[in-house]
Amino acid sequence: MEQLATYHRRRQALYGWLLVSPALILLTLFALSPTVATFWASLHSRGTIRRPSAFSGWDNYADLIADPSFATVVGNNLLYAGVTIPASIVIALAMALWANAKIPLRGVVRGAFFTPTMLPMIAAANIWLFFYTPGLGVIDAVTGLFGLPPVNWLGQPQTALWAVIVVTVWKEAGFFMIFYLAALQTIPPDLREAAAVEGAGRITYTRRVLLPLLMPTTAFIFINALINSVKLIDHLFILTKGGPNNASKLVLYWVWEMAFAYFDAPRAAAMTVLVLLVLGLIAVFQFRVLDRRIHYR
Amino acid sequence: MTASLPRRRALPRAGEAFDTIGAWLLALLWVAPLMFAIWASLRPSGAALGFGDTGFTLDNYRNAWNAAPWLTYFANTLMLVSFTLVGQFVLCTLAGYAFARFAFPGRDVLFVVILMQLFILPEVLIVENYAMIARLSLFDSIAGMGLPYIASAFGIFLLRQAFKSVPVELEEAARIDGCGWLGVLWRVYVPAARPVYLAYALVSVATHWNNFLWPLIVTNSPDRRPLTVGLSLFGAPESGVDIAIVSAATVMVIAPLLIAFLIFQRQFIQGFLRAGIK
Repeated sequence: MEQLATYHRRRQALYGWLLVSPALILLTLFALSPTVATFWASLHSRGTIRRPSAFSGWDNYADLIADPSFATVVGNNLLYAGVTIPASIVIALAMALWANAKIPLRGVVRGAFFTPTMLPMIAAANIWLFFYTPGLGVIDAVTGLFGLPPVNWLGQPQTALWAVIVVTVWKEAGFFMIFYLAALQTIPPDLREAAAVEGAGRITYTRRVLLPLLMPTTAFIFINALINSVKLIDHLFILTKGGPNNASKLVLYWVWEMAFAYFDAPRAAAMTVLVLLVLGLIAVFQFRVLDRRIHYR
Repeated sequence: MTASLPRRRALPRAGEAFDTIGAWLLALLWVAPLMFAIWASLRPSGAALGFGDTGFTLDNYRNAWNAAPWLTYFANTLMLVSFTLVGQFVLCTLAGYAFARFAFPGRDVLFVVILMQLFILPEVLIVENYAMIARLSLFDSIAGMGLPYIASAFGIFLLRQAFKSVPVELEEAARIDGCGWLGVLWRVYVPAARPVYLAYALVSVATHWNNFLWPLIVTNSPDRRPLTVGLSLFGAPESGVDIAIVSAATVMVIAPLLIAFLIFQRQFIQGFLRAGIK
């Protein structure tokens, strides 16, 4: 009997490991070992034909931080995150409340909100290019009606990043709406009636009842938006290429450029390690703080 | 008291009107860019951005179609999307099954390691992943584009949850009928999780149809490029292509997914919902 149990347990362990091994191998190849290799590369100098790559300690990090473009790019990304996250969350919430209200053509409205989510970022960028093109674009055509001069939205440092931010919010808000919509549908309608009986108006009901109930969803969306603020850079390739003069360059685009245009892999690796650290902190925050509150279901 | 009664009834109606108008305006604003691109793509070259009475034409589509190997791009995207999806289904099913139903040492630690991949995105590791793809001689291939996404932490997590909710009695019944552990997986768990597979498939196809940065890095020949990379080269301002033709190409590229979305809107939204809510 004892032997049978041991045999059974061993077999379970063997099958378990066999089943996860294909996924584990790919994860090792494309997530774990690259993470280690990135850290390793960040500690080595850039190799040239005459001088092979050698251990250089924290030099790459020191160079990176001393590079004036570092502060610019990190600052840009902070602004990008700081604007796109709250803006897309607020718009997503408004969309969800409306797409859940009893209005005519509700299905069409939902579809309209969600459509940008289905587009490749590259296509979205092409579409927005028509709006931003100086002199020709739609925005200039409209402002021109009021006698305003044409503006090179993508070509001047003050507006380039904002133009990129608008595209991101347009693309993201409908996606986040979906999660709010799902959460709203789980809220019993009696709550609204109870609130109405108590004399609570729309605004009070939304603020005091709906928003607290939607908090777990907001947290979930917040994490996703945070990750997206690192990841969503495809439109930069079309709209600005990070320019003018780094004004709209984001961290991941900088990494791509450093590695694949300037071939300075060690410096790109140093930046990647910093990004991974930030993402790791976000992960710890998610598992330690948010999951405790969300996982009660 | 009597005076407040009609007011109470009027207020919700004002609220409803506000909802309707607000929702419609926002919806209009949200589709306007896309509508404009479609409009511009149908206008004669040079008049794309004007609203003058110059009629409509399909010339832009003809010109755009002839200017790049779109058919190859389409085929590559289709292959990429199916390769990735099939790989994800197989690997995530096996791993999800292990995490849901097998007790093996190190399981919980391993699961946390896999979940970390939700944060350590393949996009961030482009430099070393590129080196890995080169080492495996998979540069400029469909496999090279898809492989880093196949062991999807998200897929493993979703399927583990789905398998866990399958009643153990079903598995026991299948075992009595003589099913082995793979038979149980195939006959009991996979059919039970069918909606999850559908939801995950929609999300995966939409994601990889639209993916750009990684395919850009690991492809260098027109024979292997997916649609997004082809479109980005086609639309680059340096290429000097007319704006009406770029919009025609853009509409062409997004049309298949967009039409699929319009037809299966409910399933798509449900799919994204199911995939997003744990």
